[in-house]
Amino acid sequence: MAKPTEYVKHIESYVDSSSSPSQQAASVDALAILLKNDLLTLEALVRELDLYLTTTDSIIRSRGTLLLGELLTQLELKPLSDAAIHSLIGFLTERLEDWRALRGALVGCLALLRRKTDVGVVTENDAEAVMKSYMQYLQVQSMGQHDRKLCFELLECLLERYPNAVQPLGNELFYSICEGIDEEKDPQCLILAFHIVEVAAKLFPDPSGPFTSYAADIFEILGRYFPIHFTHPKSEDIGVSRDELSRALLLMQLIFCVFQLAFAATPLFEPFAIPLLLDKLSSSLPSAKVESFKYLGYCAPMYGSDRMAKHGGALWSSVKDVLYTSPQSALSVESESDGGMIFEESDIMVEALILLEGLIQQNSDLLLDMILGDEDINNFICSFPKPWDIHDTPLQLRQQLHSVGRLLAVSAKSSMASCNRVFEKFFPQMMEALGCSVGNHSDESFATEDRALSSRFNYVKGLQLLATFPRSFAPVSLLLFENILLKLVSAITSNFDKKFSWGLELKALVEIGLYIEGYQESEKAATFARIVVDKFVSWISSDEPAMPLSLKMQAICETGMTGISNMLRIVQGMEKAISAKFTQAYVDGNFESVELVIKVLECYSARVLPWFEMNGGSEEVAWNLAAIIWDKIDNSSSVNLTVQNYELLGAAMTAMKQAVRRCSQESQEKIVNRAFRVLSASTLFPLKDSPFATSLSNSEDSYLNHHVDRVSCRDEWIISLYASVVIALRPQTHVQNLKMVLQLFIMALTKGHIPSAQALGSLVNKLPSKTNERHLSQEYGVEEAIDVILTSSIWNFCQSNTLRKCSLFGGGNEIHNTKCLAGLNHTSVHISAIVGLAWIGKGLIMRGHEGIKDITMTFLGVLLENTNNGDFPESCDPIEGKEQEVIPLMKSAADAFHILLSDSEDCLNRNYHSVIRPLYKQRFYNSVMPLLLSSTRQSNSIITRSMLFRSFAHVISETPLSAMISEANKLIPLLLDSLSTLTEDVMHKDVIYNVILVLSAILMDKNGQVAVLENAQAIINQLIGLAAYPHMMVIRETAIQCLVAMSELPYARIYPSRTKVLQAISKALDDPKRAVRQEAVRCRQAWASIASRSLHF
Amino acid sequence: MTLGLINANPVVHAKKERVARPLDDPHADDAVDPLEIYDIVRDIRDPEHPYSLEQLSVLSEESITVDEKLGRILITFTPTIQHCSMATVIGLCLREKLKDCFPAHFKVDIKVAPGSHADEEAVNKQLNDKERVAAALENPNLRQLVTECLYSSEL
Repeated sequence: MAKPTEYVKHIESYVDSSSSPSQQAASVDALAILLKNDLLTLEALVRELDLYLTTTDSIIRSRGTLLLGELLTQLELKPLSDAAIHSLIGFLTERLEDWRALRGALVGCLALLRRKTDVGVVTENDAEAVMKSYMQYLQVQSMGQHDRKLCFELLECLLERYPNAVQPLGNELFYSICEGIDEEKDPQCLILAFHIVEVAAKLFPDPSGPFTSYAADIFEILGRYFPIHFTHPKSEDIGVSRDELSRALLLMQLIFCVFQLAFAATPLFEPFAIPLLLDKLSSSLPSAKVESFKYLGYCAPMYGSDRMAKHGGALWSSVKDVLYTSPQSALSVESESDGGMIFEESDIMVEALILLEGLIQQNSDLLLDMILGDEDINNFICSFPKPWDIHDTPLQLRQQLHSVGRLLAVSAKSSMASCNRVFEKFFPQMMEALGCSVGNHSDESFATEDRALSSRFNYVKGLQLLATFPRSFAPVSLLLFENILLKLVSAITSNFDKKFSWGLELKALVEIGLYIEGYQESEKAATFARIVVDKFVSWISSDEPAMPLSLKMQAICETGMTGISNMLRIVQGMEKAISAKFTQAYVDGNFESVELVIKVLECYSARVLPWFEMNGGSEEVAWNLAAIIWDKIDNSSSVNLTVQNYELLGAAMTAMKQAVRRCSQESQEKIVNRAFRVLSASTLFPLKDSPFATSLSNSEDSYLNHHVDRVSCRDEWIISLYASVVIALRPQTHVQNLKMVLQLFIMALTKGHIPSAQALGSLVNKLPSKTNERHLSQEYGVEEAIDVILTSSIWNFCQSNTLRKCSLFGGGNEIHNTKCLAGLNHTSVHISAIVGLAWIGKGLIMRGHEGIKDITMTFLGVLLENTNNGDFPESCDPIEGKEQEVIPLMKSAADAFHILLSDSEDCLNRNYHSVIRPLYKQRFYNSVMPLLLSSTRQSNSIITRSMLFRSFAHVISETPLSAMISEANKLIPLLLDSLSTLTEDVMHKDVIYNVILVLSAILMDKNGQVAVLENAQAIINQLIGLAAYPHMMVIRETAIQCLVAMSELPYARIYPSRTKVLQAISKALDDPKRAVRQEAVRCRQAWASIASRSLHF
Repeated sequence: MTLGLINANPVVHAKKERVARPLDDPHADDAVDPLEIYDIVRDIRDPEHPYSLEQLSVLSEESITVDEKLGRILITFTPTIQHCSMATVIGLCLREKLKDCFPAHFKVDIKVAPGSHADEEAVNKQLNDKERVAAALENPNLRQLVTECLYSSEL
């Protein structure tokens, strides 16, 4: 037990009004700890306090009472005996009378009343005593804010926790509530006050109870607060912190909520609330209107439909007033294009519509009677100009139209019955307004050509809607459905010259098709297929209707895409068409057939095959297409070569690739074997007799010479298509007679047949690398294939030994080489060979095969040795003829780097199942760059240097920036060097463009900033030169853009160049191209403003 | 001393959409045309109001003529009110902007539209006199006003 001296000290310190608040708080805490730990009993304390609680000195008395109250608050969780609680609450109840010591009594009562049941609670009798004492003595509105709050809390606590104790008090209770909350202004007290009203109202739900007589009074007090409007102080006006402001806003929201709850707490408020709200609706303050609608919407379900029914008329007229009589909606921004019918509704309208929806759901008959019976609305719809054009309608009318539309939509939405009623009433009139009467069929007007576009749009939309009505709801008979489809089909047939409406009609058909597919309506699906799909399919090969072929194909494809069965029908039709027309197109070059077949094939590769892939169709379609083409090629003997024929070949190759790549391994093998049979039967094979033509390498040269110009058109078709097949194969697919195929491709590529080169590249890319991985029957792995390819004599013109190092036939072809180089005719062959080699190299580089090293060295060899060995020393002794011959060769070797690294659409990408090693570009960049650099340094011929830089440019423009940026400080000087070298010759202009794009990418990259800063002067000088590059506009434009970027660099670094740049730019202002001039204006502005705003320099 | 605004309530017009020129035509005739000039000057801010000359309808594409062969540009602008003392400032702004954005060989004539200004002749004379323009731009206050109009970001 604590000694009295210990705690008396604390008591004295608390009661002493001269001690500081923190000291007081500390003494309360200290006493509370003593009490909690049972070192001090409550009785002992109260006895000790006795003097303080009863003294006539009101200040000390109030402090004493407050100490008791505070301690009780702290002891809320400490179990106390019933007797103790009873005596304490009794004492405190009495003290409520003593207004000087009131606060302590309030705090104490509240603490006792709030106790949980397991630690001892106040009995109901005591609570009733508290309530009575409260009603008798407390004049709430005459107290300070904090005391008011305590009073409200006390009242709230009594109402919530002791309903049985307060219920008998009835009228007196409400009198005291009214008295208490009247004129309350403090927000925190208001929250409590509103809550008290709500709780009290809930407590006395009986319409004949005491609440009824006070409802009017209470509502009068409540109604004064409506609408709650919060003018919060602006934070910049006074020193209100963000926190305080947000707390204030939060408080405000709380008030809103509590107020709304109180407002709708009991239906008994209805006679007062609804008139008040309706009255507020006529106010001119928009926020008051919005609030009123919100409250009406909230109260309506609370007050119940019977009570609300009385106000139906008034409610409807106010809603109508807002929506119809003076609609406040603004044209939305995007609505211009849509005929100006999209509106943004004001908040008031939105709330009004929400209210209307709620009311209709509550009492649909009453409201609908009023809406549908409303004369204004009826007149509005009836008086609509017919036929009307949206663009001629004045804005206000359009607003009204929009509102009425929303109104009817809301009415119709609430239930099936109301939907029916709205439609019965207004549908005929609306259809009339649209220009078609319901009684008589809409067909006639539909066919009229000179209809305004908008009305046509409406018809189409309407037909589409009718056709897609779910069967369970709408009785659209099959016959009618058929009619609709027929109508649309005939419209599409006759209407192709009107692009917009044609598109609409087609879209409507597609939507109908999709809908049928989605809802699995089999009858309709059959009808759709019969009327639409079959009709369209029949168009493919007939001249009817006289529609452009591209539109026909569009219609066919889009309707096909509605579902798998439709697509299959269409595919059948297209297959038939190809079978029928292909020979004609391919053999005779019949113009129409060629066009048709091209379109169909394009359709296959662009739409049909991707669609099947997306929608999980079988590979059968792809397989069939490939098979048909090979059959047709096989069965025809000769081809007539025309320009269109080349186009046809292109389309056929694309389609073939697209088809083959989607086939499985087995199907691919079948196709490739079939193709090989055709190939081996062609005149391309003089070696038919010796399938493993070992003699080829020796006889090749002469063979090539003889065959270069002799390949027939049919053979070109065959080999191109075969190459397409090979390009698209999967890595696992086995190719028969690989060696022959390889040699055939090599032969073809020397004639500049790119697809063959690509096919070779694809082969070396996909062949298995190790013998043990290989399929048993596979004759070749990649090593052997490379051997076969590289030992072929066509590469021998390059005198570098690199290729021959790996050659099985090392060193045997010296004589050939000289011969090759000597003949002028061979230049083109050599260029083709280099291009071919580049594609092969691309295949290798992508899989990360080291054979690429040899190939790279070959290219470098071509670049270097033609000038560096004594044969063509054009730097000192330019021989015109030789130079003419050598430059294209070197250029093609330089461009080979572009082929090596660039991504190709035609082959060697993911679509065609290529083997792609990650980061292969970066690896190649790292390995080839030192070679290129050292060669550049060593070479002293201008041409060689420029060609080396051309290769360099290709490499850097195809390598990802992230791989290069870390070495930007080394790269930038090279870039600038290459730019200055390449600008010497017009032929490099496209490469310059690529380089400058790399440069601009470095300028924009954060990681490149340091390097850019170091080289700022040099970069600027180079860019100034390029800003006047005469041969290509985009180079000038990009150079100037780069200069703009340079102006962002630190001032000290770029200022020295400012004058130079501005002078150069003032020339660019006179550029013949507008784009350049515009960039120049920007650039000048940017550079001028680094020193001052004026442009003087 | 605070002077009232010369035109306190100007009529503000909507900005027009910028016409996107077709991009991919390498052989397009890219000669300087009125639209190009208009695109450059339309965003100059009015000296009095935070609106552009376009918004105040001081300028339009039709009020600009250009002859590339002779190297001449003629801009006719319409001050918002007859007694607008800002007309010369607007003219100065136009001249400065064109000097910045077009090569020096263009001769620029700037005039107020006939009948749109009380002192038409005087204003025209002032705007097309090299000496007076140079002198005006040496006045630091005028210079600052012009610079603000040209490079203002208020719009």
